[in-house]
Amino acid sequence: MKANKFWAWLTFALGAAYFIVPLLATFEFSLRMRRGEYSFDAYASVFADPYFASSFSYSVVIGLMTIVVGILVVVPAVYFVRLRMPWLRPLMEFITLLPLVIPALVLVYGYIRLYNSSSIIPFTGSALGTDILLTCAYVTLALPYMYRAVDNGMRTIDIGTLTEAAQIMGANQAQIIGRIILPNILVAILSGAFLTFAIVIGEFTIASLLNRPAFGPYLVGIGTNRAYEPAALAIISFIITWGAMGMINVLGRFAPRTSARTD
Amino acid sequence: MAFLDVQNLTKTFGQTTVVKGVSFAFDKGEFISLLGPSGCGKTTILRMIAGFEKPTSGSIEVDGQDITHLKPNQRQLGMVFQAYALFPNLNVGDNIGFGLKIAGMATEERRARIDEMLRLIGLSGFDKRYPYELSGGQQQRVALARAIAPRPRMLLLDEPLSALDAKIRVSLREEIRAIQLDLGITTVFVTHDQEEALSISDRIVVMNAGNIEQLGAPHEIYNKPATRFVATFVGQLNSLDATVLDPATKTVSIDGQSVVVPQLPADAAANASSVLTLRPEMITIGARDGNDITLSGTIADVTFLGSVIRLRVALGRNTVSLDTFNDQRIAPPARGEKVTISLASKDLLVL
Ligand SMILES: Nc1ncnc2c1ncn2[C@@H]1O[C@H](COP(=O)(O)OP(=O)(O)OP(=O)(O)O)[C@@H](O)[C@H]1O
Ligand SMILES: [Mg+2]
Repeated sequence: MKANKFWAWLTFALGAAYFIVPLLATFEFSLRMRRGEYSFDAYASVFADPYFASSFSYSVVIGLMTIVVGILVVVPAVYFVRLRMPWLRPLMEFITLLPLVIPALVLVYGYIRLYNSSSIIPFTGSALGTDILLTCAYVTLALPYMYRAVDNGMRTIDIGTLTEAAQIMGANQAQIIGRIILPNILVAILSGAFLTFAIVIGEFTIASLLNRPAFGPYLVGIGTNRAYEPAALAIISFIITWGAMGMINVLGRFAPRTSARTD
Repeated sequence: MAFLDVQNLTKTFGQTTVVKGVSFAFDKGEFISLLGPSGCGKTTILRMIAGFEKPTSGSIEVDGQDITHLKPNQRQLGMVFQAYALFPNLNVGDNIGFGLKIAGMATEERRARIDEMLRLIGLSGFDKRYPYELSGGQQQRVALARAIAPRPRMLLLDEPLSALDAKIRVSLREEIRAIQLDLGITTVFVTHDQEEALSISDRIVVMNAGNIEQLGAPHEIYNKPATRFVATFVGQLNSLDATVLDPATKTVSIDGQSVVVPQLPADAAANASSVLTLRPEMITIGARDGNDITLSGTIADVTFLGSVIRLRVALGRNTVSLDTFNDQRIAPPARGEKVTISLASKDLLVL
């Protein structure tokens, strides 16, 4: 019994150390910009860089757009496949897995070939067009995560019966999705949204090949030119990530609970 | 003119026809049960009335309007589901008010209607609770209130009680019936529980394998079952194997005791076997006025059920069940005791 606990704790400690030690080392390193003493100079330098703010806010905007488009595409698709065309589910699963199999590089070369400024649909001809293209690419990249999050959310509620219950009371399709389905899978959507956000914030390949001023290319640029700032940036990214995770947990408390009581 | 008029309703899934040309008509305010064994097509009929399934052929009229091809949200019906199906993200008040909000009812009026509904189901003060904070019985009452709040033309219930435990099942079904009578709302109730159907319905549609076996008031279904299926499905039934002695005088032999029955099948011949059936409550121990048949046998089994004692009496090859009231002043009959039972020949059903 005692021995069991000891080994359990040891495994846990080793696992935790695996994550925490590099993090602590990075943090420690990020404080050493000023010779001989610890300081937050690296952080000050990062925040003072106008490219940090501009690339970060650009990526946030693209991230939010990606989330909105992703939700608009995935939620109705999952809903109707689950409700009306359950035989399509294996195909859905397969399609949503493709972005994990096909490298982002292939995707973006395809985009550039298809939508270059001399093509019929010259998306890359303007900044706005390229932003739209970038958003579409990110929706695709995030599809496996968004799909699985939403699908899991819908699994926990009986969407068929809830839909019928709303329908017989006069609700139309939009009212059913907006007032019943969406609120009940909000937490699932949020976790999908968070993953999407994390992917978009750090993404390098597509943003750089489409030549957009996103956060990923900025991070890489800093990493090759500076010593201490990249460490500070890593810590900042980490804090943003954990902040978003915390938010999901907080919002999860307000999530509607489904009931299985039959007494 | 009938309020609910279903004509030649048929439903085919792929190769199998699960509802085979069903017709019935009911008046406004009636409480109708669709009763039948699992898989006989009850739910399918109810779902076609609700608009969730498209009939393969046939028509459905409500209040003179042909609704066969209307969408569910255009039919103005209310429905209660077996699994409650309350909206988990809405509290009790908002659940009940959902249909009203969709219909665009003003907030004030909606509030008043929600309160009225909560009073009706005995859950006043529960409007801020969420479904997961309610027991199953409470949830199903909220589901009922939600269904009737928009004053639908008809109420549809698909086995609303089968997820609940026995005691609540009985009290809630009485409550449903009381509310239904109070509002005078035409109600179609699906169940496979014959006791449930008999106790709360104005009329019952007994179904088997996609067909209607009998349609009638509970006492008609129980006392005068039209088919062998109805006789065995609704209520307890004793079957006695008999041998025809003389078709002309309608004399048969039950384990060597000869008995004259009211009727025999037209094709009955001497020495042919025949089955006589009888409800347990129509048999008494000892003699009784009007009972013209007496048989003797041995008590094979005694089941004590509280107010009633169910006996099984062996008459040779045949065994019959019968009920006697428990009398606290005398000892219950014992196994192996010799008894005489009596019954009236006119109560025998020949199937
Ligand atoms: N969507 C469907 N596709 C194929 N077959 C179906 C479908 N819905 C019902 N059935 C079949 O139709 C038959 C009747 O089903 P229905 O649900 O109406 O039975 P029921 O009388 O309500 O039974 P229960 O008491 O078990 O609920 C069953 O054999 C069922 O398998
Ligand atoms: Mg059913």
